[in-house]
Amino acid sequence: MKNMGRYRGRRIRNRFFLSLSVLAAGFGLVWLALILGDLVWEGAAAFKPTLFTMSTPAPGFDGGLANAIFGSVLMSALAVLVGTPIGILAGTYLAEYGRHSRTAAVIRFVNDILLSAPSILIGLFIYELFVVTMGHFSGLAGAAALAVLVVPVVTRTTENMLLLVPNTLREAAAALGTPRSFVIRAVTWRAARAGIITGILLAVARISGETAPLLFTALNNQFWSTDVMQPIANLPVVIFQFAMSPYELWHELAWAGALLVTAAVLLLSILARVYEGKRGLR
Amino acid sequence: MNDMRPVTTAVRVDVRNLSFFYGRTQALNNISLPLYDRKVTAFIGPSGCGKSTLLRVMNRIYELYPNQRAEGEVLVDGENILGPKQDLNLLRSKVGMVFQKPTPFPMTIFDNIAFGINLYEKLPRSELSDRVEHALKRAALWDEVKEKLRESGLSLSGGQQQRLCIARTVATMPEVILLDEPASALDPISTAKIEELIDELSNDYTIAIVTHNMQQASRVSDYTAFMFLGELVEFGETEKVFTAPANKRTEEYITGRFG
Repeated sequence: MKNMGRYRGRRIRNRFFLSLSVLAAGFGLVWLALILGDLVWEGAAAFKPTLFTMSTPAPGFDGGLANAIFGSVLMSALAVLVGTPIGILAGTYLAEYGRHSRTAAVIRFVNDILLSAPSILIGLFIYELFVVTMGHFSGLAGAAALAVLVVPVVTRTTENMLLLVPNTLREAAAALGTPRSFVIRAVTWRAARAGIITGILLAVARISGETAPLLFTALNNQFWSTDVMQPIANLPVVIFQFAMSPYELWHELAWAGALLVTAAVLLLSILARVYEGKRGLR
Repeated sequence: MNDMRPVTTAVRVDVRNLSFFYGRTQALNNISLPLYDRKVTAFIGPSGCGKSTLLRVMNRIYELYPNQRAEGEVLVDGENILGPKQDLNLLRSKVGMVFQKPTPFPMTIFDNIAFGINLYEKLPRSELSDRVEHALKRAALWDEVKEKLRESGLSLSGGQQQRLCIARTVATMPEVILLDEPASALDPISTAKIEELIDELSNDYTIAIVTHNMQQASRVSDYTAFMFLGELVEFGETEKVFTAPANKRTEEYITGRFG
């Protein structure tokens, strides 16, 4: 004879916990929706074509974000160019060569610390290294700070994606008489390619909104500049400065900039998902 | 152990007093046996008896992992391949291996085959195509894939993938082919095709096959080695091992009374 009381009790507890879970999820989503809603509302109102053609204005004048958009793209591109190869090679070392070694365990640990290090620390570090020695802020220093943020993300995802490649594939390649480095380049990297690209996209998404490391390095530039040896405008710092200002026009530009950054991150995340999905089919 | 070797044909691979260790665990204990030239030798025995391990010593694929160690000698064409001077890549180009699970590389069918060829030979495009075609024909796969050589190797069925892997191994022109349960993940029809293929390949290659399938061993092999708990219990001509085994444990295993 089954004990129906026990079953009923379990059902009630089940409903209780299910309700708690739904409430908790809803609580998070409500705030996200409010933030995004506010952002889209204010940002869309401030959105105009001249955002992409005019540079940041002096108070009271009309202007756009062209210099900041360019600066952000330039520094992000440089950071990815420098940080990605380092990250991929480091991740490859961790997954392929040093998998069981003590050195790899130490590197993995340090990389995890770097991954969660407050980005303002990285900004200060690059400030000491670049800005102090050069005597002034520069786009180069900004790119360097962002590159330091890219490395641990790419290292981590590269390692994880390579670990997903079955050992039987490595054995099969080695069993043909393939040298180790060629097994990695021709077979394991290829098998993990979609995942590694996903990691790079996520790294770009990560750095595109970083403000703290740029405050100490690239700072800002009111004018159009392509010189990486000089201070250069960028969206996060422009948003920060304009939002803190008392000028209504600057506020509008800050909202538009925030919307641009959010849209870019969203786009990158979607791209990453598409690649991630492809990995399953391959 | 008594020397149970029939003195008939040339010995291609000669395993002498081989012991193998995974860390401190001994997996093979003083194994000695030959692989005869252009004959098929089957390795049977219950799971964990060391038959796959023995195969993995013959091309030293175990060296991909730390803490695995072999003692004794394995002579391939008279040279001890366990010596420190042995170049592993050259050894593996001479002693090929096909695994239990099909392992096509994430590239086109053509490139899967060309991969191994390009490692050791630089051929003009047309010659490379001929070699790829030849290898696919040897693996009885050509007719099924000739229209789609540019498609991914992963688009093939499991049985086709396994024949692709055999073709890939054959294309590098090894002398010895090691087959580690090559048909255990396949359906009966694909299995029959693989067995036919083994029979056909044994005209040109020395073959060692690990299998859990007694019938398969008796069908495809000329010699059979029965292993148990890391020891070689019996080795001899397949017909003799299956009809009149010298050892009681061999008989019990073959007739399904243990294992």
